Amino acid sequence: MAEAVHTLHVDVVSAEEQIYSGEAEFVVLPGEAGELGIYPRHTPLITRIKPGAVRIKVPNQAEEEFVFVAGGVLEVQPKVVTVLADTAIRGKDLDEAKAVEALKQAEEAKKNAQGKQEVAVVEAELAMLAAQIAAARKLRGRR
Amino acid sequence: MPGSKEIRTKIKSVQNTRKITKAMEMVAASKMRKAQDRMRMARPYAEKIRNVASHISHANPEYRHPFLVARDSVKRVGIIVITTDKGLCGGLNTNILRMALNQIKAWEAEGEEIEVCTIGNKGLGFMQRLGAKIESQVTGLGDQPQMEKLIGAVKVMLDGYTTDRFDRLMIFYTKFINTMKQEPVMEQLLPLSGDALGAPEGSWDYIYEPDAKLVLDQVLTRYVESLIYQAVAENMASEQSARMVAMKAASDNAGNVIDELTLIYNKSRQASITKELSEIVGGAAAV
Repeated sequence: MAEAVHTLHVDVVSAEEQIYSGEAEFVVLPGEAGELGIYPRHTPLITRIKPGAVRIKVPNQAEEEFVFVAGGVLEVQPKVVTVLADTAIRGKDLDEAKAVEALKQAEEAKKNAQGKQEVAVVEAELAMLAAQIAAARKLRGRR
Repeated sequence: MPGSKEIRTKIKSVQNTRKITKAMEMVAASKMRKAQDRMRMARPYAEKIRNVASHISHANPEYRHPFLVARDSVKRVGIIVITTDKGLCGGLNTNILRMALNQIKAWEAEGEEIEVCTIGNKGLGFMQRLGAKIESQVTGLGDQPQMEKLIGAVKVMLDGYTTDRFDRLMIFYTKFINTMKQEPVMEQLLPLSGDALGAPEGSWDYIYEPDAKLVLDQVLTRYVESLIYQAVAENMASEQSARMVAMKAASDNAGNVIDELTLIYNKSRQASITKELSEIVGGAAAV
C-alpha cells in the first residue's frame, strides 16, 4: 500500500501509437503556462501542453526517461498521469494552412476531373476496339 | 481444335499471371499484419481521449460545445468517404461506395444538400463522376496512416460544421472484423451523441488550465480526429486483407485454368499423334 502512494502510472499515447507506459515517482511536463512537476497524489488537472520533452523519473533507476511530444493534452488524476500527445506540431496557423492546402487540392482535382473523364472515354473506346480486334481474330481462326 | 502451340503460349501467360497474383497475395499478407498492429496501436489513445472528453463534457454542463449540440433541422449533410488508393482488393471499394451512393440518393430525395470529403483515390474518382460537391480530399496515404496528412482535409469538414455549412457529419468506411470479413459502415461523427461518449466512471472536478472551454475545444477536436484516424486505420487493414483474399482467389482460379488448358493440350497432342499414326498405317496399306 505504501508503495502505491509513492508512484504514479504514466501513459503517453498518441493517435498513432502508445509511446510510453509505466510507473514513475515524478514527472515533469511542458505545460502551456509553464513547466509542470507532478508528484503522486496531485489534484485532478487538465491542461494543454506545449511541444517539448516529458521527463519521467522511474523508480530504482538513476537516469530519467525522456519522451518528446509535439503538444497535446495532459490529464492528471491522483495516481494516473495521461498525456494525449499530438503526432504533429500543431498550431492554429499551421492547421489553417493545411486546411487551405486541402481546399486547393480539391479545386485542382475538380479541374483535372475534366481531363480524367476524357481519358476514361478514350480508354473505354480503346478497350472496345481491342475487343473488336480479338473477336475478328477469333472469327478468322474459325474459317 | 486450336493448335497446340497456341495452347502452350496461353498456359505460359496464365502461369505468369499466377506468379504475379501469388506475389501480391504474399505482399498483402505481410502488410495486413502491420496494418492490424497499427489499428490496435491507435486504440489506447481513442479510449483515453474518450474518457477525458466524457469527463469534461459532464463536468461542465454550462458550456455546450457545438460538437455536442444536436441541431433541430438537418438540411445539409457533410460526409467523409474513406476508400483505398489502389484497386485489386475485391469488392471493398464497390461496397462502401454503393452504400454511400444509396445514402446520398436517400438524402437528396429528402431535399438535403451534401458536401463530400474523400480520403483515398477510388472514392475521389467516384465522387467526381457523380458530380458531388467535393470540399476536400486526401490521396496517396501510403501504407501507414498519418495524422499529419489527414489534418487539413478533416479541418475543412470540422470548420464546415462549426460555421453551420452543414448540420451533420457522417463517415463511411470499411470496418475490419476479421481477415475474411470486412463490413462497410456508416457512422455519425457530429454532433457527438452522449451515448458515444458514455458516462464517466466516477466524477471529480478538474483544475483547468487555461480554462475549461479552451481545453474542451481542443479535446473534442482531437477526439473527432482520432475517430477519423481510427477509421482510416481500419480501412487500411480491411484493404490489405481484402486484397490478400482476392489475390488468393485469383491464384486458385489461375491454377484451375492451367489444369484445364493442360488437359486440352494433352488431348490435342494425342489426337494429332493418333491421326499421324493412322495416316502412316493407311499409307502403308495403300502401298
